[in-house]
Amino acid sequence: MEREIALSCRGITKTFGRVVANKACDLDVYKGEILAILGENGSGKTTLMNMVAGIYFPDEGQIYVNGEEVTIASPKDAFRYKIGMIHQHFKLVDVFTACENIALGVEDEGKYRLAEVKKKVIEITQRYGFIIDPDKRISDMAVSEKQTVEILKVLYRGADILILDEPTAVLTPQETEKLFAVLRRMREDGKSIIIITHKMHEVLSISDRVAVLRRGEHADTVNTADTSEAQLTELMMGKKVDLNIQRSEPKDSVDRLVVSGLSSKNAEGRPVLSDVSFTARSGEILGIAGIAGSGQRELLEAIAGLYHLDAGEITYLDPTDGHPENLRDKTPVQIRDLGVRLSFVPEDRLGMGLVANMDIVDNMMLRSYRKGRGMFLHRKEPKDLAEQIIEELEVVTPGATTPVRQLSGGNVQKVLVGREIAAAPSVLMAAYPVRGLDVNASYTIYNLLNRQKERGVAVIFVGEDLDVLLELCDRIMVINSGCVTGIVDGRTAQKDELGLLMTKSADREEATEEGA
Amino acid sequence: MAKKETKKRAPLFHIIKRGRDALPWYFGMLVRAIAVVAALLVCGVLITLLTGKNPLQVYGSMIDGVFGSSRRIWNMLQSLSMLLCVSLAVTPAFKMRFWNIGAEGQVLIGGLACTATMMFLGDKLPLWLLLTVMTVASMAAAMVWALLPAVCKAYWNTNETLFTLMMNYVATQLVAYFLKVFVKDGSGVLSPMPQYGLPVIGGHAYLLNVLVVVLLTVAVYIYLRYSKQGYEISVVGESENTARYIGINVKKVIIRTLLVSGAICGLAGLLLVGGTNHTINTSTAGGRGFTAIMVSWLGKFNPLYMILTAFLVVFLERGAQQVSTDFRIPSAISDIVTGIILLFIIGCEFFLQYRVVMRKNGKEGA
Repeated sequence: MEREIALSCRGITKTFGRVVANKACDLDVYKGEILAILGENGSGKTTLMNMVAGIYFPDEGQIYVNGEEVTIASPKDAFRYKIGMIHQHFKLVDVFTACENIALGVEDEGKYRLAEVKKKVIEITQRYGFIIDPDKRISDMAVSEKQTVEILKVLYRGADILILDEPTAVLTPQETEKLFAVLRRMREDGKSIIIITHKMHEVLSISDRVAVLRRGEHADTVNTADTSEAQLTELMMGKKVDLNIQRSEPKDSVDRLVVSGLSSKNAEGRPVLSDVSFTARSGEILGIAGIAGSGQRELLEAIAGLYHLDAGEITYLDPTDGHPENLRDKTPVQIRDLGVRLSFVPEDRLGMGLVANMDIVDNMMLRSYRKGRGMFLHRKEPKDLAEQIIEELEVVTPGATTPVRQLSGGNVQKVLVGREIAAAPSVLMAAYPVRGLDVNASYTIYNLLNRQKERGVAVIFVGEDLDVLLELCDRIMVINSGCVTGIVDGRTAQKDELGLLMTKSADREEATEEGA
Repeated sequence: MAKKETKKRAPLFHIIKRGRDALPWYFGMLVRAIAVVAALLVCGVLITLLTGKNPLQVYGSMIDGVFGSSRRIWNMLQSLSMLLCVSLAVTPAFKMRFWNIGAEGQVLIGGLACTATMMFLGDKLPLWLLLTVMTVASMAAAMVWALLPAVCKAYWNTNETLFTLMMNYVATQLVAYFLKVFVKDGSGVLSPMPQYGLPVIGGHAYLLNVLVVVLLTVAVYIYLRYSKQGYEISVVGESENTARYIGINVKKVIIRTLLVSGAICGLAGLLLVGGTNHTINTSTAGGRGFTAIMVSWLGKFNPLYMILTAFLVVFLERGAQQVSTDFRIPSAISDIVTGIILLFIIGCEFFLQYRVVMRKNGKEGA
């Protein structure tokens, strides 16, 4: 069957300074197909699509829509050519309803009539099978609903080519299935859908064809039916890689950190943690799964002494003599002064774990700058540590005095994890330590966590990729809206099971009852 | 099938962020030099158009006004050291992202404390003790002036910009009140009291001020760069979250840093009253508290660079004054010149961060 090309890119090049984001990329999208764009982080997927959507302007190359050469200099231009992009970070007005957000900024001749907007929105939802209440406020919506509004916004403006940037990153497996069903219906309707992702199994389940980008270059486009995970990985990496996480059996596991009944309310009085109880054991990795923003950050920060608690106990058992130490309501300095070796790799690396404008040496000092006598800093030790970490973890940097903001995401994370591990922790907490990292760097981090586990460290790992959690962790705790909805064995649990636990009972009373 | 649409041309130019790699050192120098030359050219054209004077002569007069005689050089050094002193005072706070725009008031209140000490204790204490009390009083008064907004910021997160700004007016009015009440003859002008001033060394009235500020510059540089407290200031300034994460007591650092900031302002007040004027009026601080903000920013909060930026500002100011007198042109013209030069120098930083790429002709219709 001869199909019409909806969009094509020819020789698109974009550089940021000396970083080449895209180099002579060619890409074709047909009408009525789902094209997946696959590539590691930093391979230029989003940049390429941003040029199609008018966010960036290409340095070189041409874009054609329906066979005609076009210039797309702004998102407005993109909409004229019926191209719409759904970004990873939603751009919605919280106090407006779905309908109001959809109508916002639409420039048509007629008057602003919300009733008509609503009619049209309902028509679109019925056509593609979206489930959404058009009068619901954004602030009352779950992440998946917000995403639906973003997609509706684009459809409302009549887009025929939809670009979705990592749409499943914020969804549970069940929600992902629903989204995919909607996308398939849009395909039947003749729309072209481009989905940016780095998750292999999603590519295989949803797309018709896959375009693989590698270091900004278009590696190849293949039919999904004719390819395999191994072939795609090889295309992505440019070489064969073995993607297996070695999971050893926990040895001599003892309780290290006993958390019971943690509860906390935020400034608005909404509960962010409700009666959270669990035990982290030495020599094992405890995974924490949940939709983003379910209280993972607050939980780890509470343990680290950075988040206030309304109720509950945090007890640390000393590895030498088992002496219990209460950590609740202690500041990070007090915790350290008790001799508790607690390391924490926070989610926000450059905003919390490290100081972006400081060099590697000064960042090494963050934990230890108080050491040594006198009022002056001692930079010798941190300098040695910086050099050791650069060498051992193969950090790519011009030198130890380079500001960390100039390093790539993976190298930034190596610096941070390296520093936290260098403190010889007995408890190591890591929140989303591989977010934004490429495959190689991710596996380096997994290996580091595994090595810590083998040394008898109690590792707490907050992750988002369920496949990884299931491969890496000994036990997995699932939380939803600040409640623990289950703790399962990482070796036997199924992905569906985790997905169900992640959304189990938004109603919190029920959850606590079942959890108890 | 394809709809006919008017084809839009690519934009004439677009702006690209420069790469992660540092530019060669001479590039920055070159861009800045071009900026200065361009500024002088633009000013030259403007001067000729507005006044009909020869711009070269005008520039000559500027240089003459600053370096023309040893008296002028000493005046320049005095202005430079006083401006630099206040700039050094605001820098630790700025590095912590605490926008202390109350240096004007802090300097003034320090000066007031110094004046009061001289007036009321001058004939009661031996000189060495008087000088000690003057120093302590000036610094303590200015520290209190800086402490108030710092405490409110630390505990209730008040807006420090507004707070410190308002404190300036309080300080000014306190000085006015003081003069009205305590100047016996009712003129509101306090006659100088040189007999109680700081000692004159080496026969030059301003030498002591210059030396104090030189030492201070080095001290602040070392404090910010090599001390643990300076490190804490940087961390709090860069990211309060990181500071919390590693257990820095943010409140304590804010308050401590503002005490340092205030103490240096008090020192400036002491040097201005005790070392220079030996009297006070409401404009003793002379706008330095505000100019210092620019000096500190332009110098990227580095005390050594700030010597250069403070010199630039003083040079333009004093040179412009000379031009006004020499050519009998309104001082507004010299303000315009100062403004244009600063605009170019600040504006050229953009070109160090970004690159402008013009549309490539011939690419169209390819």
